Amino acid sequence: MPIPPSLITFLVGMALVLAGLWLGQNVSLLPVDASVNAPVYDELFKVLFSIGSILFIGILGLLLFSLVRFRRREGDHSDGAPIEGNLPLEIVWTAIPAVVVLFIGIYSYDIYDRMGGMTPLNDHSAMVHAASMEASATMQVANAATSEEPRVWGGIGVRSDKDILPVDLTALQFAFIFHYPGANITSGELHVPAHRSVELRMKANDVIHAFWVPQFRLKQDIIPGQQTILTFTATRPGTYPIVCAELCGPYHGGMRSSVVVHEPDDFEAWLQKNSPAPPPTASVAQLDVLPVA
Amino acid sequence: MTIASPQDLAVPQPPSGQLQPQGWLRYFSFSLDHKVIGLQYIVTSFLFYLIGGALAGVIRTELVSPMSDFVSRETYNEVLTLHGTIMIFLWIVPVVNGGFGNYLIPFYVGARDMAFPRLNAVAFWMIPPAGLLLIASHFITGSAQSGWTAYPPLSLTTPAMAQVVWIISVLLLGGSSIFGAINFIATVMKMRRPGLKLMQLPMYCWAMLGTSILAVLSTPVLAGTLLLLSFDIVAHTGFFNPTLGGNVVVYQHLFWFYSHPAVYIMVLPAFGLVSEILPVHARKPLFGYSTMVYSIMAIVFLGLIVWAHHMFTSGTPPWMRLFFTIATAFIAVPTGIKFFNWLATLWGGKIALNSAMLFACAFIVNFVFGGITGVALAQVPFDIHVHDTYFVVGHFHYIVYGGTVFVIFSAIYHWYPKFTGKMLDETLGKIHFALTFIGFNLCFAPQHWLGLNGMPRRVAEYDPMFTTLNQLSSVGALLMALSTLPFLINVIRSFSHGAVAGDNPWNALTPEWLTTSPPPVENWKGEAPLVAHPYGYGQLPSAGLPVDQATGQDVWTGS
Ligand code: HEM
Ligand SMILES: [Cu+2]
Ligand SMILES: [Cu+2]
Repeated sequence: MPIPPSLITFLVGMALVLAGLWLGQNVSLLPVDASVNAPVYDELFKVLFSIGSILFIGILGLLLFSLVRFRRREGDHSDGAPIEGNLPLEIVWTAIPAVVVLFIGIYSYDIYDRMGGMTPLNDHSAMVHAASMEASATMQVANAATSEEPRVWGGIGVRSDKDILPVDLTALQFAFIFHYPGANITSGELHVPAHRSVELRMKANDVIHAFWVPQFRLKQDIIPGQQTILTFTATRPGTYPIVCAELCGPYHGGMRSSVVVHEPDDFEAWLQKNSPAPPPTASVAQLDVLPVA
Repeated sequence: MTIASPQDLAVPQPPSGQLQPQGWLRYFSFSLDHKVIGLQYIVTSFLFYLIGGALAGVIRTELVSPMSDFVSRETYNEVLTLHGTIMIFLWIVPVVNGGFGNYLIPFYVGARDMAFPRLNAVAFWMIPPAGLLLIASHFITGSAQSGWTAYPPLSLTTPAMAQVVWIISVLLLGGSSIFGAINFIATVMKMRRPGLKLMQLPMYCWAMLGTSILAVLSTPVLAGTLLLLSFDIVAHTGFFNPTLGGNVVVYQHLFWFYSHPAVYIMVLPAFGLVSEILPVHARKPLFGYSTMVYSIMAIVFLGLIVWAHHMFTSGTPPWMRLFFTIATAFIAVPTGIKFFNWLATLWGGKIALNSAMLFACAFIVNFVFGGITGVALAQVPFDIHVHDTYFVVGHFHYIVYGGTVFVIFSAIYHWYPKFTGKMLDETLGKIHFALTFIGFNLCFAPQHWLGLNGMPRRVAEYDPMFTTLNQLSSVGALLMALSTLPFLINVIRSFSHGAVAGDNPWNALTPEWLTTSPPPVENWKGEAPLVAHPYGYGQLPSAGLPVDQATGQDVWTGS
């Protein structure tokens, strides 16, 4: 008995979906995850990768099948069937992508929410204000002045509300300079404890730069004239690259640094070791480079 | 006696149509013939393509090793700026709009020329000076170093002269594009042969109508923006200069308000060309004509309201991100409709697997891939990680090269017989195809992984862990460069040695085939044919006619 075409179509479709899901689950194209954000990102990536694979393999298969099955044979000068359209079909292939796209949109909205993207801006700036008040108590006057300037929120990044570590980041051609206002440390490398929210207060002096840590799945432009806040919580101790992702001049490709994620205790030790002696002298070599705004 | 009388003087007056230089000379003249102008566009932009390709070669050579060791860092940035600018403004946009548009649109609407032939010639002749200015500037003032996006403040701090020359050049090219667009709108709307309805036009007309609407609406915004930028550079105004109270993010909004539609200015005409090529070589009507028309118009509309998806990391507010995510992702719906319609056109056809068809089908594969990564990029949380990385470079090359450039080659294999009266060689064509397809995928597929794993774009040096894949990508680029050779040999050799094509070698039904190859001045010896069914395959006895004997009219009338 011949197998009905609809059954074949159904089976091929099922196989395709299973293959796509398998690919999404088993092919890993991303670097290790080292922040609270990253596993959430990877979840989204898996879903997109599965849907993308199903669509791509399906369309590729359909095309190759047509090219082989309907190729013109030697000596055949006839035309194909004069089919000009088919409304039900058109409706199907308008509806399916619309549903898929809608699903992806809603799903990625949820992911964005979980990454902290939908926290209302106002709430957030209130918190920033509280944080900066508290920080400014321990800060130098110059720094307190900076914290008065309005800041734009990066619009992404999970933070827990308690115990936030503020770090100032100044990007300039062609370096990142980090300053720990509490401990008055200035460093070309970012050191953060695992499992504690870090609030990066970023500013650029010359041109646009971008702060990117691939293992955190986070990127934010650092724009002159627009101080920006980016929060993240690292999870996995280790050393990861910080990459400038916005063309900023000839040495753009060399504008890199590292972020070192410490176990909380190690981080305290690092702070102790690097804090300047009480009357802050220019004992840390980099202190001269720090452009106090 | 041979004293010249007034009458004698009048005699050398050539009959109309010969007022202009004849023969090959007319291709170097201010010709008003739309076919000459079309070919002028195609050949000129192909020359710029070769220059842009050489620049790509410099980029890929530099990236063979993780250190900056081939050209200086400044030169590298100049090269990547020139590469982007040339490929977009001097190759893709002019060739698919001005080139094929000028050649085909008057045929398709049944006209003897474009609505404004003089404006048409002006639009073309703005391109060579603009292009030469851009390239010559490299040797005189140095060229711009801030990328084709020219984001301030970088573009305000890099060498000023170079940036200003870049702006002038882009303004000229933008002006040319606007003139061309006005001409296409007028021709499609007003020059149609009596009796020819809008919904009977070949799909390329609709694509060009949509594209021209985008060009007219968005290019002036780019012009205004670049003018303000040049004021900032020359007169030290502060529109985009934060130290003078300006705002750099505003520039990004204005720039992408043009430059996202620009991606559709580059790809919609290619969609149109594919819609012409597939039915002919599959011997089937274009599937779903009216949904194709509506989806073009939907793409035009949506294309105007998605620009901020290029700015998800610029500190845009969350509501804006949400809106632009949804709008962008929804472009996939009308785009998807077009692809399903093409697949349905192929289904059940009699597909000739020639070079034109192979390039057109490869376009489908590549564009679908680029579209899928595009929908992923539209998702804010996804984009935050890969924005400004090699993932984006991979995405848009799959769209622009894998999409549009593949279609341009397909179109040249398809229309070369009409342009010259000679066929292109199929063996060379297939070698060209194989090299291009393999080289292209080898070059750009690995870039997605590079971006996901930490390689930013526009860098001359990178983390050594990325060396192997970059070298693979460079090998792909080399194959692509080599693939140009069989193509060039083919195009040049076939011009003199190719098999004679006849008027209608493909047995096609669209009106450009219903005249001689190459067509006469004013397109048809007699009256323009009324083609009410440009895709009427399978309905007329055309199929029965021997390919080498049928003339266009025979095919059309079925006599
Ligand atoms: C139609 C042809 C298309 C072309 C020519 C095209 C071209 C481009 C280009 C040139 C860029 C990079 C801009 C830059 O950063 O310099 C880009 C980025 C992008 N494209 Fe496409 N694209 C096309 C289709 C699509 C589609 C179908 C989608 C989604 C449905 C899409 C979504 C995006 C997004 C979201 C970005 C921003 C990525 C980023 O910079 O982070 N594109 N595209
Ligand atoms: Cu940079
Ligand atoms: Cu875009």
